[in-house]
Amino acid sequence: MSTRDDVLLRVEGLTVQLGDPARPARVLEAVDLSLRQGETCALLGESGCGKSMTALSLMRLLPPSGRVLGGSVRLRDTDLLRLTEAEMRRVRGGRMAMIFQEPQTSLNPVMSVGDQIGEAVRLHGEGRRAPAAERVLALMKAVGIPDPARRVKEYPHQLSGGMKQRIMIAMALAGDPELLIADEPTTALDVTIQAQVLGLLKDLRQRSGMAVLLITHDLGVVAETADRLAVMYAGQIVETATTAEFFKSPGHPYSRRLMSSLPAADKRHARLAVIPGRVPSLERVFHGCRFAERCDSASPRCHCDEPAWHRLSSGQSVRCHLFDPLENLPSQERRPGTQDRPGTPNQLAGFQRGSEPLLRVRGLKVYFPIHRGVFRRVVGQVHAVDGVSFDLHAGRTLALVGESGCGKTTTGKGLLQLTVPSGGSIRYQDTELNGLRHRQMRPFRKDLQIIFQDPYAAMNPRMLVGDLIGEGLQALKIHATRAARERRVAELLELVGMDSSAAARYPHEFSGGQRQRICIARALAVEPRLIVCDEPTSALDVSVQAQILNLLKDLQDRLGLAYLFITHDIAVVSYLAHAVAVMYLGRVVEHGSVDEILEDPRHPYTRALLSAVPVVDPTRRRSLIRLEGDMPSPIDRPQGCHFHPRCPQAIAACRNAYPEEQRLSESRLVHCWLALA
Amino acid sequence: MPLIPVVLWTDALVYLLILLILLIVGFALYTVRHEHLRAPWLRVFRSRVGMATSVLLGFYVVVGVLDTVHFRLKLDQPATDVSTPIRYAPEVLSLLDVITSGLRERQEKSYSAPFAAHLFVKEAIEQPDGTLLRDYPRLVHGGAHLDDPARQRGLDIAWRALWGVLQGLLISVMSLSGLIWMMARARGESVGSTRAAILAGRGPLPWRYAFAMLAILIVLILVAAELSAKYHIMGTDKVGEDVFYQTLKSIRTGLLIGTLTTLVMLPAALLLGIMAGYFRGWIDDVIQYIYTTLNSIPGVLLIAAAILLLEVYMSNNADQFASLVERADLRLLFLCLILGVTSWTGLCRLLRGESLKLREVEYVQAATALGVGHVTVITRHILPNVMHLVLITLVLDFSGLVLAEAVLSYVNIGVDPSMHSWGNMINGARLELARDPVVWWSLTAAFVFMFVLVLAANLFADVVRDAFDPRLRTAL
Repeated sequence: MSTRDDVLLRVEGLTVQLGDPARPARVLEAVDLSLRQGETCALLGESGCGKSMTALSLMRLLPPSGRVLGGSVRLRDTDLLRLTEAEMRRVRGGRMAMIFQEPQTSLNPVMSVGDQIGEAVRLHGEGRRAPAAERVLALMKAVGIPDPARRVKEYPHQLSGGMKQRIMIAMALAGDPELLIADEPTTALDVTIQAQVLGLLKDLRQRSGMAVLLITHDLGVVAETADRLAVMYAGQIVETATTAEFFKSPGHPYSRRLMSSLPAADKRHARLAVIPGRVPSLERVFHGCRFAERCDSASPRCHCDEPAWHRLSSGQSVRCHLFDPLENLPSQERRPGTQDRPGTPNQLAGFQRGSEPLLRVRGLKVYFPIHRGVFRRVVGQVHAVDGVSFDLHAGRTLALVGESGCGKTTTGKGLLQLTVPSGGSIRYQDTELNGLRHRQMRPFRKDLQIIFQDPYAAMNPRMLVGDLIGEGLQALKIHATRAARERRVAELLELVGMDSSAAARYPHEFSGGQRQRICIARALAVEPRLIVCDEPTSALDVSVQAQILNLLKDLQDRLGLAYLFITHDIAVVSYLAHAVAVMYLGRVVEHGSVDEILEDPRHPYTRALLSAVPVVDPTRRRSLIRLEGDMPSPIDRPQGCHFHPRCPQAIAACRNAYPEEQRLSESRLVHCWLALA
Repeated sequence: MPLIPVVLWTDALVYLLILLILLIVGFALYTVRHEHLRAPWLRVFRSRVGMATSVLLGFYVVVGVLDTVHFRLKLDQPATDVSTPIRYAPEVLSLLDVITSGLRERQEKSYSAPFAAHLFVKEAIEQPDGTLLRDYPRLVHGGAHLDDPARQRGLDIAWRALWGVLQGLLISVMSLSGLIWMMARARGESVGSTRAAILAGRGPLPWRYAFAMLAILIVLILVAAELSAKYHIMGTDKVGEDVFYQTLKSIRTGLLIGTLTTLVMLPAALLLGIMAGYFRGWIDDVIQYIYTTLNSIPGVLLIAAAILLLEVYMSNNADQFASLVERADLRLLFLCLILGVTSWTGLCRLLRGESLKLREVEYVQAATALGVGHVTVITRHILPNVMHLVLITLVLDFSGLVLAEAVLSYVNIGVDPSMHSWGNMINGARLELARDPVVWWSLTAAFVFMFVLVLAANLFADVVRDAFDPRLRTAL
């Protein structure tokens, strides 16, 4: 333990409530946290645990209905909660600064970025000799913006998401803060950009010695950037530890379950551990441990006594009765195993490769014309999908991987004719689907289904769940009578692990995970052979994601479904997929079995993408191949190989022509000039 | 039969509107268990402003509906003569006319100020001794029961007002007790506990604000009734007609313009807006072209042209109209139509934008992937999810249309000059504003009634918007 002197921020017993005092939401209860100079501390937890509320309370930016009921927040010798608003305003942005999740909405769209940084400089940079303009340039340089002199005059819409986040960081740095609070700074960004931004934060911390409070739900990000972490659950901190200790042996049952619910390649033939239930509503009054209801090692005592902090020999602190030295049972023995159930072996003997593919896609193209002028002349094309080919076999999963804007989702929608393809062929069994009209497509609607990313947007809020699930049955006239439909809906709800009484309720009554189950039930209603899963878990918390992945896997085993799994999450790919296709700017750059791609990527882009993914296990970490810049626009693509301007290994040939398909093995295709060598 | 019902064009449309509303209310009662339909309306009535303004608007609606039931009375005929066909008076009356027949029939000669006992202008009066005196003559009806108006009038007015207040209080207490008794029965509680709950403001709905508004209205109505039996409480106009009566009659015109216009424009806006947004392509182009063109024609010009056209038609075919009332009614209907034609574009544009957004929403895509047809997608997924916009627009537009009528009538392209409307009252009063002393009461009366209606409608619209707009709900 270090001396008291270098403790920068000390939060003690912070208790915050929101809303109606008669029925308050207890968003924070007795939160203790300390942060030393130059340290990165991560605040980890699922959504609704009070992470962002902690940050807002520290900045004293709580919503109007929020009130601090007790505790203290000390930044060195200043008690922040006792400052007047005018004094606090000097601290905000001066001694402590904050960056937010959405760089798009945090910047003013009608001010140039130079002016916006300049504003922060003028407010907090008093007493400095360098004029504001030079300071702005220096800041932009510090956050790694290329050619700052030109960028100063640009507006937020001219910058990419990663650039915007850099601008936000530059603004936060304007006052030379001692503490930077980063609230999910990379959640809205792609992995390669995320790696850039996290690297930048690390650099800045080393150079300026500021402390960073990193708020995130991503265990990988924590593992790669934080020195220490605090796990939050339902408004409380339940565990604090150094990052190394935590990932070696998480203490609190919640932390352990969280770790074991992460999908990974080595869990491929087993079910993921799930945490039953959901994060409790903070409006209720808690007795005992807040996690007791979902904990599988809960004892009766957990339900009535609130656990105290227990220090472990390893330096971790855990708020759990299991670690109470007065309890007779040695805590280690009662630690639940991370692998809770023996995995069901993959029963896919009948669906192995070699059989006829269910769906054969060749050269699929989806272009969107760009209209300009009075007469709406077509002046260009957005090449969203440009010649994508793959086969999909029954009972197998093909993962379509890539960053946002690479055309993954458009490919999925093009397959189902939700977006009309501009060219190529989609052969389903023996029928060509491309070019079919709305009515002609109907018979095939039954076999091809889709599950969307956002389960909140995927259901009409004004329809009953039963009607939602039965919609396809009615439209395709599978079950004509209402009674038959109701029976089938009940069966389907059962199949996705929900109570059949859910049919008579509205979507808003369900949590995110339950809604995604309903969406899956709706897709399954028509007994499809193939489901396009468009990032079905990216809007969900880790523990809920595990539930949905387990369900998808079970259904594939039982029903022999083929999945086209669109995702940007490599961990999910390694857990679920059989084959992987990596997309870049509308084209597949590498295609192969999951082991081939993840273990031995050949295309430079695949390598960079994989190296940018934050990994929990330090032994499996790769050295980061940092990609410069952003993905080019699909309107104006680079000549030759689309990837060459960002490629660290580009050779002269890359500039001239797009590389032909190189077949490396029976299952493996790469589009790269270097793959030949 | 002592009367024969007359159904004017606008009456028919009002009945249609009432039928529609009844159907919707019936549907709403059926949907009470549908949380998402009930919740916004509950939010409307949970607000104190919503409760109070809906009572006030209810009063206007009752007056308007009373004024919509038209008929012709039987003429008095010698009872002996059975063979002659029954003849009806040519005059078309409404229920409101019958209720306020005292006001209608007590005509004076010309202007008189509110509560006056004398005319506003001096006239030569023949004295009993045969001499001519130039003075303000006594009114035929207003304050005619007083012997010495100068001395007695103030006390008389105060006395009658007090009597009216007492009556009003009595009736409000009686009617509110009746209402409480009915609510107690519906809830299965004792009357005492229901009353205590309402007065203390417990329970989900702020009934006490509605009841307070109702009591205030009842007292005001009775005071006005008591006073107007002997006085012209808002004076008389140029031809000696009671201004209070005129303002009451104007309510129907204002309400009709506000609601029928909506009824006319709604189908076009809904259909075209959703079609443009959902189908896009050339359908979108055509619809956008239509409303952009229509929007670029100055509305007043279009209305003036249409009204002029109608006037020419009516003067050429005068024999088609049985009465002046029918002519005026047709002109009102035409005004509603033309206002509807010029005002659907706003809502249409709004709905197009919303449908453009909704067609890309994932649940619509999911429905398409499930093979659901276009018509079903529109009726099941798009229409219910734009209804909040429609409702908000309609309520917000209402007050704008009431004001538009006043402006149009003021420039003489509004309703028929023979029809009672606030615009016509203001137009008539305009000429007298130059007089000294000024004739202010027509203008004031029209202004007060219109102001109360528009203010109530605007406040109600605000509450409706807050309750229905999903963005405002999450912003809390």
